[in-house]
Amino acid sequence: MAGRKADPEGYWRANLRLMAWLLACWFGVSYGLGIFLVEWLNQFRIGGFPLGFWFAQQGAIYAFVVLILIYVVAMDRIDRRHGVD
Amino acid sequence: MSVQAWTYLVVGFTFALYIGIAWWSRVRSTAGFYVAGRGVPALANGMATGADWMSAASFISMAGLISFMGYTGTIYLMGWTGGYVLLALLLAPYLRKYGKFTTSEFVGDRYYSQTARLIAAGCTIFVSFIYIAGQMRGVGVVFSRFLEVNVNTGVLIGMVLVFIYATLGGMRGITYTQVAQYCVLIVAYLVPAIAISWKLTGNPIPQLGFGSQLVEGPNAGLFLLETLDALHRDLGLPEYTAAFVAGKKGMVDVFAITLALMVGTAGLPHVLIRFYTVPSARAARWSALWALVFIAILYTTAPAVATFARVNMIQTLNGVVYEEAPEWFTSWERTGLIAFEDKNGDGRILYSGDPEANELTVDQDIMVLANPEIAQLPAWVVALVAAGGLAAALSTAAGLLLVIASAISHDLCKSFLFPRMTEDRELLLARMAAGLAVIVAGYFGINPLGFVAQVVAFAFGLAASSFFPILVLGVFSKRTTKEGAIAGMVTGILFTASYIIYFRFVRPDAGADEWLFGISPEGIGTIGMLLNFTLAIVVSRFTPPPPEEVQRLVDEIRLPRRAPTEQ
Repeated sequence: MAGRKADPEGYWRANLRLMAWLLACWFGVSYGLGIFLVEWLNQFRIGGFPLGFWFAQQGAIYAFVVLILIYVVAMDRIDRRHGVD
Repeated sequence: MSVQAWTYLVVGFTFALYIGIAWWSRVRSTAGFYVAGRGVPALANGMATGADWMSAASFISMAGLISFMGYTGTIYLMGWTGGYVLLALLLAPYLRKYGKFTTSEFVGDRYYSQTARLIAAGCTIFVSFIYIAGQMRGVGVVFSRFLEVNVNTGVLIGMVLVFIYATLGGMRGITYTQVAQYCVLIVAYLVPAIAISWKLTGNPIPQLGFGSQLVEGPNAGLFLLETLDALHRDLGLPEYTAAFVAGKKGMVDVFAITLALMVGTAGLPHVLIRFYTVPSARAARWSALWALVFIAILYTTAPAVATFARVNMIQTLNGVVYEEAPEWFTSWERTGLIAFEDKNGDGRILYSGDPEANELTVDQDIMVLANPEIAQLPAWVVALVAAGGLAAALSTAAGLLLVIASAISHDLCKSFLFPRMTEDRELLLARMAAGLAVIVAGYFGINPLGFVAQVVAFAFGLAASSFFPILVLGVFSKRTTKEGAIAGMVTGILFTASYIIYFRFVRPDAGADEWLFGISPEGIGTIGMLLNFTLAIVVSRFTPPPPEEVQRLVDEIRLPRRAPTEQ
């Protein structure tokens, strides 16, 4: 921390920006692909899965894990950059 | 060895383990009792959160529910995992930074109001009791089938066990028992899933197996899901993978229920409190990630188990002569969870989408429990599943008990009734409150309110409509006032509770066309949440802004560490 100036406003802005992106992806994958577009996506298949069905029962859950992973890693960096860690 | 001998052995061993851990981690301070002294590593907390989270509903009922619902089972799969994204991004790090002991305490401080804190504590107790009722019923189901004791005796044994380790070890004891319980339940879930996946499809990974081709039976060479869709068509049922078709829930309802479950997850007090036990805000973020990883292992396996169980059940039972039905059928028939009524008198079991002709009724709760027997796995696997079901139910029950105990002893007694109570007194009171809560929970276990998963689904609606909005606004909007928060919470929970009570108990036969926007009682928490948000924001605009020190508190909470002012 030494030598870096804490910047709470910049930190909060960076946090909100990251959050907005991740929440948009969260909504898009789960409600978009898993619910609203499921019938249209079901015309495609991956392996034995109709695609929409796969997103709803598998893909969305993997996406949630990846989204939180991105969040915790990015937040660690944002903490350091703004001197609030 | 027989299934029963194995079950006594495995269940006995795990119970001894839990008691041993509780003894090793017993506590003597309120900080130890409420938040495990804030020394739990992120990874361990993630595992404990997983066990805390995955209840009897997740372990016993969920795959069964999905196997009857097909695509619509998505509401549970996405609904009970997606909330962790909200939890990690919107709440966990900030609540941890705030510190102290309970979520209601945060509500009280942030909204500078004892009334707000009392309402929050009241909601906590209400939601947690509804949730715990489902757990105790789960304990009873497992005991009655596997140990062949009466359901009530099963509930009693569960009560005694939870009582011992919740009162002795408090949050510390519960945390480390939950770590052990996670390991038991995940092994118990995966072993039969992998074995069945291998047997049916030749692929040992269940997540891939249910998208693979069948290797045995009359439909060998066809994709499992295609076979299942075809079987459903033959029986006159809607296709398994089809969404929103006749006989399934509509898109709006699926959306509303999924959202209510997600938001409810992020507002459940017993989940939120887990993030108070880690050392820092950063650790809280990481433990939310670990929690979802551990949960996702079970949640991505569950839909596979659901399809395997469905195919197995239809293929082994439909059209079979009753006297030649497999052994597991008869043993589960005794519990009343599966029933055959020979309507057309031909002596064969007929499974059909037409309720007039259908002769087979299967309770969804047995799909996971009977699965190893249906797939003819060895006796020790059956015993393991019993131990896993108990681990899932007990770990969640213990987490809920602690939340109820701390709401009573810390939020009601310490802050409101007897503010000058010593720490020793408060600790004693917390233990007594936990004891009392066990007894009430046991009562609901013996006199159940409904299906395990259904009961639990209501707790989510209530959590979604009461806590989540005001917690999020508390961190992200400094302008939200106490009047706004109280108005939001009260309206949210009253609206949601009355809608559920009306359509469950007063008019249970009302169809989807009478529901508000076609949203079922399970999904109404979504509307309750929107009402809560709207009222909190609007009322806040017309009331005086929060005092200076509350705004400083919010600034403070937003930073993972106290920012050095001069440097």
